[in-house]
Amino acid sequence: MISIQEYRFAESLDEALALLDAGKRNRVIGGGMWLRLGHAGVRTAIDLSRLGLDKIEDAEGEVSIGAMASLRDVETAPCLRELFGGVLSESVKPIVGVQFRNMATVGASVYSRYGFSDLLTALLALDAAVVLHRAGEMPLDEFLRNPPEKRDILTAVHIRKDGRRAAYRSFRRSKTDFGVLNVCMSVSTEGDWRLSVGARPGRATRCPEAEALLAAGDGAGAAKAAAENLTYGSSLRGSADYRRHLAEVLTLRCWDALREDGAEARDSEPTDAGRDEA
Amino acid sequence: MTLNFALNGRKLSREIAPDETLLQLLRDCGMHSVRSGCDTSNCGICTVWVDGKPVLSCGYLAARVEGRAVTTLEGVKDEAEALMRCLAAEGADQCGYCSPGFLMCALAMFRELENPGDAEMRAYLAGNLCRCTGYASQMRALAKYAEGRRSK
Ligand SMILES: Cc1cc2nc3c(=O)[nH]c(=O)nc-3n(C[C@H](O)[C@H](O)[C@H](O)COP(=O)(O)OP(=O)(O)OC[C@H]3O[C@@H](n4cnc5c(N)ncnc54)[C@H](O)[C@@H]3O)c2cc1C
Ligand code: FES
Ligand code: FES
Repeated sequence: MISIQEYRFAESLDEALALLDAGKRNRVIGGGMWLRLGHAGVRTAIDLSRLGLDKIEDAEGEVSIGAMASLRDVETAPCLRELFGGVLSESVKPIVGVQFRNMATVGASVYSRYGFSDLLTALLALDAAVVLHRAGEMPLDEFLRNPPEKRDILTAVHIRKDGRRAAYRSFRRSKTDFGVLNVCMSVSTEGDWRLSVGARPGRATRCPEAEALLAAGDGAGAAKAAAENLTYGSSLRGSADYRRHLAEVLTLRCWDALREDGAEARDSEPTDAGRDEA
Repeated sequence: MTLNFALNGRKLSREIAPDETLLQLLRDCGMHSVRSGCDTSNCGICTVWVDGKPVLSCGYLAARVEGRAVTTLEGVKDEAEALMRCLAAEGADQCGYCSPGFLMCALAMFRELENPGDAEMRAYLAGNLCRCTGYASQMRALAKYAEGRRSK
């Protein structure tokens, strides 16, 4: 289990970053649950809970999710239930339980780039960007592939509101367990398709070959392409072959969901009428 | 370090270690309804409320409750009474080890959701594992309790 020598509530982000830079064994605390299960010997634990970073803001052109927003905040925020087909809300629902989601944070989930992450799989398909206190804003896609070398503090995740519709599917061996495979698909009003596959068990990644086929209207081809072009590995939860098979199945399910959804969406767009909460 | 927080409505000041969990702290404060199950944030047995929200005390660093209000089953005994009776009547606690955590999560649910249906209740309580009942009796107890609330 984790050991901590000193616990500090940061009073500003600058102070938090200075503390982080002050020693290799100093660590930022999000919800603290992941850290606690490891064996880190932490000198100074840097608590971000008093910096007002827990807000989810639905602004004109984009949504901003603060790093200290909990997964439960993501699940229940009215704007995230609405926007992007509600996939962000859907993606976190299977994670352990309500109590757990009240604690686990968005910042830690994204910054840690976990392979199994449900949230990352969904965010990647929504063309999200991360905001780092030192390095500034960068596309999530880039952050996942080439994160800045220096340790940083993630302050928010931004998602452009480009009218994207999206669908999320994950497969679990039992409820509340980690996903064996996660898939998220989205399409903007301009017809820009995105497909991300996570828990391969490697980190979520996009599949350009499948995206091209989706744009051409070939869902079945895209599903095959996702299985053939990405790498899959074996773990306790499933073999590489099983994951490859799941990738095809879940991609096809997302495609079907977006097609059905599309027929409806065309009837009601672009007005907001009929979107009032039932 | 010194920690100031409210426990079941009473202000407390305690000396804690910076890596102590809320679970350890609450047990040390004599709150024996708070139990350790998996100790890895998986089973829900250690559920308590921080500022009214259900959390897992085994995964929560005690230092973070500085200035906050913590509630355990001891603090909501009266509110829990009717639901406890429903659990007993339906045979929904056998060894009883999971019951305090289950009650804390279920009561939080009834405070948060107006009139939860079956699917909503299952989703809200998915993080509360029980190795004895098979859940069916728990669902019956919840339905009975919900019915009682509606007819009030
Ligand atoms: C039992 C269990 C089951 C889980 N199941 C799932 C699952 O099914 N699906 C899923 O997607 N996830 C799952 N997770 C992961 C979970 O959703 C969180 O992503 C994880 O717990 C990290 O969140 P935290 O707030 O607890 O992080 P912490 O433990 O606080 O931090 C984790 C790491 O991130 C760093 N960090 C924290 N905040 C920041 C920040 N703002 N900027 C920079 N670095 C930061 C910390 O220093 C640390 O290194 C599970 C975790 C556990 C413990
Ligand atoms: S003891 Fe805390 S979740 Fe199991
Ligand atoms: S009654 Fe025994 S674990 Fe639930």
